[in-house]
Amino acid sequence: MRGSESVLGKLLFSRWTKVVAFAACLVPILLLARPLWMLATAGYSPDLTANPIEYITHYTGTWTIRFLLITLCITPLRKIFNQPKLTRYRRMLGLFAFFYVCLHFLTWFVLDKFFSFSEMWADIIKRRYITVGMLGFAMLLPLAVTSTAGWVRRLGFAKWQRLHRLIYFAALAGVIHYYWLVKSDVRLPLMYGAMLAVLMAYRFFMWKQMPPKPAPIPAQRAAATTPNTASLPD
Amino acid sequence: MLIRKPADLRFSDVTPKPLYVNRRRFLAGSIALGAFGALGGTARSAKLEDVKKTSYNVGDEKVTPLELITHYNNYYEFGTDKEDPAKNAQNFRTSPWTLKVEGEVAKPLTFDHDSLMKIAPLEERIYRHRCVEAWSIVVPWIGFPLNALLKQVEPTPKAKYVAFETYFDTKQMPLARWGGIGFPYVEGLRLDEAMHPLTLLAVGLYGEALPNQDGAPIRLVVPWKYGFKSAKSLVKIRLVAKQPPTTWNLSAPNEYGFYSNVNPQVDHPRWSQAKERRLGDLFKRNTLMFNGYSEVASLYAGMDLRKNF
Repeated sequence: MRGSESVLGKLLFSRWTKVVAFAACLVPILLLARPLWMLATAGYSPDLTANPIEYITHYTGTWTIRFLLITLCITPLRKIFNQPKLTRYRRMLGLFAFFYVCLHFLTWFVLDKFFSFSEMWADIIKRRYITVGMLGFAMLLPLAVTSTAGWVRRLGFAKWQRLHRLIYFAALAGVIHYYWLVKSDVRLPLMYGAMLAVLMAYRFFMWKQMPPKPAPIPAQRAAATTPNTASLPD
Repeated sequence: MLIRKPADLRFSDVTPKPLYVNRRRFLAGSIALGAFGALGGTARSAKLEDVKKTSYNVGDEKVTPLELITHYNNYYEFGTDKEDPAKNAQNFRTSPWTLKVEGEVAKPLTFDHDSLMKIAPLEERIYRHRCVEAWSIVVPWIGFPLNALLKQVEPTPKAKYVAFETYFDTKQMPLARWGGIGFPYVEGLRLDEAMHPLTLLAVGLYGEALPNQDGAPIRLVVPWKYGFKSAKSLVKIRLVAKQPPTTWNLSAPNEYGFYSNVNPQVDHPRWSQAKERRLGDLFKRNTLMFNGYSEVASLYAGMDLRKNF
C-alpha cells in the first residue's frame, strides 16, 4: 500500500480532518466548562473534587504530558505506516501541548501563588519537582515560538531540527516532574515514563540503523527539503 | 474600583449556606423517598443521640460542607485518588467490628461495634483538620477524648507510647495494593500526646455516625498534627514502651516524621507548609502553628521541632 495515495492518505490530507483533529484537541478544556460553571454557580462540582484548583492544575498537567507523547507518536507512526502526511498534525499537537502547559502554569502561578514572583521563584529553586517542571516549560517556549514555517526558513532546516529535539527533554522533564510530585502511588507517572521510553527507543534504533551518510552537500539538501510543514523532519 | 482582598473571595460566599450545608441531607432525604436510590450517594446512618455540645470551636471560620468532607479523602486502602474512598468504601463492613485495647495496661479491653459508641459520653467538637498536602477542612466531629478510654484500661508505668493499628483486609480493600505504602496502616503517639484533652476518638461527624470514607466506625483525631496521624477505622490500640513504627514514616522517613505537628515554619521537603487551602476557598490561607492549638506547645518544650518534625 502506498501511503500517500491510499484512502487513508487522502483522508489525512483533507483539510476537514485537520479541523476535526483541532476540535478533538480542545475537548479536554471544553470538558471543564460545565463543571466550572457549576462551581461558579453552586459552589461545588463533584467533577472538580473539593479542591478544584488542585484538580485543574493536575488535569492540565496530565494533558500536557499526554499531548507531548501524542506529538512524539507522529514520527514513528508516519514511518511504520508509511503515511508522510501525518506530519501535518505534528505542529498542531505540539502547540496544544504548549497550550495545556500554559494553562497548567497559569493555574499554579495565579491561583496557587497569586502572582507572587518571589514565592514562585522560591519554589522553583527549592522544590526539585517544580525546578524540573519549569525547565520543561522553558524548553517548550522556543519550540512554540519557532514552530512556524518562517522560522524553519530563518534557522535553516538542520538547525531547526536540532532545536526541536528539545521536545524529547521537555517530555522527560514532564514525566520526572510528575514522578517527583506524587506521594506514593507512582503507577501513572511510571506509565507515562514507559510510553516515553518506547517512543525514544524507537528513535534510537532507527538512528542506529541509519546507514552512515556521506558529507552533506548544502545545495542538494536545500533542494531536497523544501521548508513547508508537510515535509518537516522529526 | 472595587478590589476585594483575595482572602475574602470564597466559593461559599456565592452559595446560599443552606444549599451547600444541606445538599447531603437533601440527598439523604431523597434516598429515603427512593428517588435517588440509584445515585449511590453516601447513605448516612441514624443520628447519634445524646451528643453533648462543647466549646471546642474555631472562631468565625466556617465549618466545611459535608459534601466536601466526604468526597475528598485520603484513605489509600480504598484508592489513592481523593474521590476514590467515597466510591469504593460504600460497602465496607463496619459491623461486626472489634477494637482491642491492650499492651502495657492493667485491664485490657475489647469492644464490639455497638459498645464503641458507649465507651464514654459523646460530645461534638469542631476542629481544624490540616492535611500534610496543604489543604484543610473544619469538621464537627462527634466522639470522646482518647484519655477517657486510656484511663479505663489503666496504663502501667512501662507505657510510654500508644500504637494504633487500622483495619486491613485485601478482600474488602483490593485497591490497597496500588497504594505504595505498607498495610495495615499504623500510627503512634507519645503517651502524653494521647492523654491530651484535645486528642479525640471520633465515631461520627455532622451529627451522624462516621461515613465509611472518613474512617468508620472509629478513628483517631489529633487536630494539631497533620491529618495522616489521625488513623481511621481502628482495630487495635496498644500501649507500648518504645516509639512505635508509623506507616508514612516507614515509607519516606525524610518526609514524614513521627511527630508531624502542623508547623508552617518546617516545610515538607517537596512543598511549603506555610499556607493551606481550606476546601471551598479559592485562595490559600496562612497555616497556624500547631494548627492553631497553641495549648499543646508545652508538650514539646525544649524540643527542636525542626529535628523532630
